Amino acid sequence: MIQKPIELILMRQLASYLATPIMIADHERTLLYFNPTAEAILGRRFAETQEMRLEEWMQALPLYDEMGQFIPPEERPLPTVLRERRPVHRRLRLRGSAGDLRLIEATVLPLEGQGGRHLGGVIIFWELDQP
Amino acid sequence: MKVTLWGTRGSLAAAGPETVRYGGNTSCVEVRGDDGTVLVLDAGTGIRRLGGTLGSIASVDILLTHLHMDHLQGLGFFAPLYQPGLEVHIWGPPSSTLNLQQRLLRYLSPPLFPVRLRELPCRLTLHDVPLGRFRIGGLDLEADLVCHPGPTVGYRITAGETPVTYIPDHEPALGVQHFPSEPAWTSGFALARGAALLIHDAQYADEDYPRFVGWGHSAIRDVLAFARLAGVQRLMTFHHNPGYSDDDLDRLLEAARRTRPPFQILPGREGFTLEL
Repeated sequence: MIQKPIELILMRQLASYLATPIMIADHERTLLYFNPTAEAILGRRFAETQEMRLEEWMQALPLYDEMGQFIPPEERPLPTVLRERRPVHRRLRLRGSAGDLRLIEATVLPLEGQGGRHLGGVIIFWELDQP
Repeated sequence: MKVTLWGTRGSLAAAGPETVRYGGNTSCVEVRGDDGTVLVLDAGTGIRRLGGTLGSIASVDILLTHLHMDHLQGLGFFAPLYQPGLEVHIWGPPSSTLNLQQRLLRYLSPPLFPVRLRELPCRLTLHDVPLGRFRIGGLDLEADLVCHPGPTVGYRITAGETPVTYIPDHEPALGVQHFPSEPAWTSGFALARGAALLIHDAQYADEDYPRFVGWGHSAIRDVLAFARLAGVQRLMTFHHNPGYSDDDLDRLLEAARRTRPPFQILPGREGFTLEL
């Protein structure tokens, strides 16, 4: 792709300014970006990971439900949103860089462009308890 | 392909002795293919004079970048609309709320305008611009959304191997911390890449831009950076600030040329024609 759709460009620009943790993926299942606030929770820097296939990302960052049960990749919120084009809101746990399970609350929204184009999804999340 | 500028002013028509060289009419550009295909890019006040020069044609396609008033105000004064039987196509960016007819009717109906769209004697067809590639007559077109308030497209028109890009209202540097960034993350790049001619918004002098960030228009330094990133052959400055006189624009262009860009800078002057 020569250039990302304008909606994704503007979404990334907005995310780069906000102090709310945000991740962006396109409809072809590529993780495009996460902002510095998300980096702090994910324990990874975007400058190091760069764009990444979702499969690879999901392998690198397993997710668990509130009770600590592993969530299979295709049942995670983002793949669900990309597949079904509907929003998902859920509490999740992820393993921080120190190995601890951190509780987050995430809302994942489909990004729908003008002219009926399905562009991808955006994850907006928040940490509920500090480790 | 022949490109003629009929209106180069941005935001508001600016007729007066101080704007006679660059022109006071708002956005309108004629593109003629070698096979006789006639495209009209935007329907600012410049379209009125164009309408009187088209001569004998079977059809004309008007491609609107968006529906701000300075790109639409001349439409009701375009003579071919009143020519019985002439095929007229109007293309506009898609909207998720109202279709093109509903949006055009906000202007082309009383009390703002005495003639309704349905009363026009031409054979009028309205189209949502496809976001992607399409063809009109002998010309290949590509449309894509660009950074400007409200749904706004730019166009890339190719005849043979020669692309011309038209992005009259564009603020690609908005929100970018170090502009220009990567091509893939730059609004308008796909349309402008390698263009033989880029007709681009150049509304603000660098010192004026900070007061208008987010209004959807560009500072000249960002236009130069965008054209350099896209690797264009020629940059034509366009959508001139209605408050700038001919002398102001001369100074703006001279300062731009002093940066020695790797492309030719052409001033967007009303009446100018370029064969490509």
